Amino acid sequence: MADLYPSLYSKKVMEHIRHPRNLGEIKNPDGMATVGNPVCGDIMRLFLKIEKKKGKEYIKDIKFQTLGCGAAIATSSMITTMVKGKPLSQAEKITRKTIANELGGLPASKLHCSVLATDALKKAIEDYRKKRK
Amino acid sequence: MKKARPERSRWVYLDYAATTPLDPRVLEVMMPYMKEKFGNPSSVHSWGRKAREAVELARKQVADNLGCRTSEIYFTGTTTTSDNLAIQGVARAAKKAGQGNHLITSSIEHHGVLDTCQALRREGFKLTVLPVDKYGLVDPKDVEKAIDDKTVLVTIMDANNEVGTIEPIKEISQITKRKGALLHTDAAAAVDYLDVNVKNLGVDLMTIGAHKFGGPKGVGVLYVKKGVEIEPLTFGGHHERGLWPGTEAPALIVGIAEALEIATQERKEAVEKVTRLRDRLIKGVLTKVSDSQLTGHPAKRLPDIASFVIKGVEGEAILLMLSDKGIAASSGSACTSGTLEPSHVLTAMGIPAEKAHGSLRFSLGKSTTQEDIDYVIRVLPGIIEKLRKMAPKGI
Repeated sequence: MADLYPSLYSKKVMEHIRHPRNLGEIKNPDGMATVGNPVCGDIMRLFLKIEKKKGKEYIKDIKFQTLGCGAAIATSSMITTMVKGKPLSQAEKITRKTIANELGGLPASKLHCSVLATDALKKAIEDYRKKRK
Repeated sequence: MKKARPERSRWVYLDYAATTPLDPRVLEVMMPYMKEKFGNPSSVHSWGRKAREAVELARKQVADNLGCRTSEIYFTGTTTTSDNLAIQGVARAAKKAGQGNHLITSSIEHHGVLDTCQALRREGFKLTVLPVDKYGLVDPKDVEKAIDDKTVLVTIMDANNEVGTIEPIKEISQITKRKGALLHTDAAAAVDYLDVNVKNLGVDLMTIGAHKFGGPKGVGVLYVKKGVEIEPLTFGGHHERGLWPGTEAPALIVGIAEALEIATQERKEAVEKVTRLRDRLIKGVLTKVSDSQLTGHPAKRLPDIASFVIKGVEGEAILLMLSDKGIAASSGSACTSGTLEPSHVLTAMGIPAEKAHGSLRFSLGKSTTQEDIDYVIRVLPGIIEKLRKMAPKGI
């Protein structure tokens, strides 16, 4: 039933909507990206702070801002918790499926919101790499 | 001592346009037909007779309240059933008789009407979907221009359920009469507040559904004026004179009749009370929430609908946060429709998609209080502010 009705969000999704993690912005971010889904009208912005430890790049800090529905807010919040403190190589492996799974599932009509979150992360990392060059 | 759970300060249901609670007076007349008076109205024994009497008395009650004959009233499944029956039934009968193949509707109809018309179009009927102005009003002149000698049916809603705009059905009915086309109206949103006398409206067919005015879910009425040719869509018996066959549901049927009776009796009082609260809510939202705008006609609107678009927020997110405060509302945003497209009503009114995403509709009911309204006005600005703070800046 949750496949059909967005009103049946999982407890985890509701928890992230009520208490979004890592909400806000980072001044002078190492990487930043704004992505939007023109179909649904959701817009998401991610800020990254990267640090290097023993030659490896880690996501030291991450913040998000989102204009969108419950699922857009929850996936934004969730992806930040999944990658914060993690090496970039690991963060890049996150897919929409892993986010949806972590959230205890998303209604089928809301799966595109998790695409938005992975896109934002991918583009923010790209932005970081471009700036470093 | 046990720690008390934090309580919501109020429960405020402002989604009456989605569905209304069952009026206890209606439930009371329904109960016997769910218990001891369980008979099949078609049976000849006394169990059956009691059920038949109930169904036919209910038909009389509905006919009296709509200003028509009992033989013009058909009990159906839902509003959507009645819409389908009216539109497909008339279209197919006309086609059979070689009387035309053209249908006219408006771009802000309920899906029960729009999707039915589109399905007929795919079958080969011609369809004209009329535009509306920025308030959601259909122009009777457009109806007049669209009617040709092949037009069999015009179907325009009595009042819009999303933005509350009341359509000029009486004027349209004068045109359809003059031009020789039939007129159907979906009056589902109107029963509690508008005159739904079919003679006053001048319609040939009319749809209503019980759960929008204090009746049970699962029962609708279709009024079909005497002499209108209409074909059934399903087959299987003599029930409802063969137009909607299947064993009647006496409990639901007495329920819709009683709900309609109550709605008619209390209409004047309801209009006054609900309009006053609606206007208080509209004023409160427009003054307390920046960049908010009323949707629908400012004056020609249903007493119960306070609908807005609010800039820089998404409708579903507002609904979830309102729900956490105990408030029920609805939205026409893409994220609430399940189709990824914002409400067709808002886009037909020329509201751009990015604005329509921030749509919010409160629909009031007869039991709404001033405290309910004031609570919403207190809570809503904080929610909007919180959501706007979450959004990326400068987009």
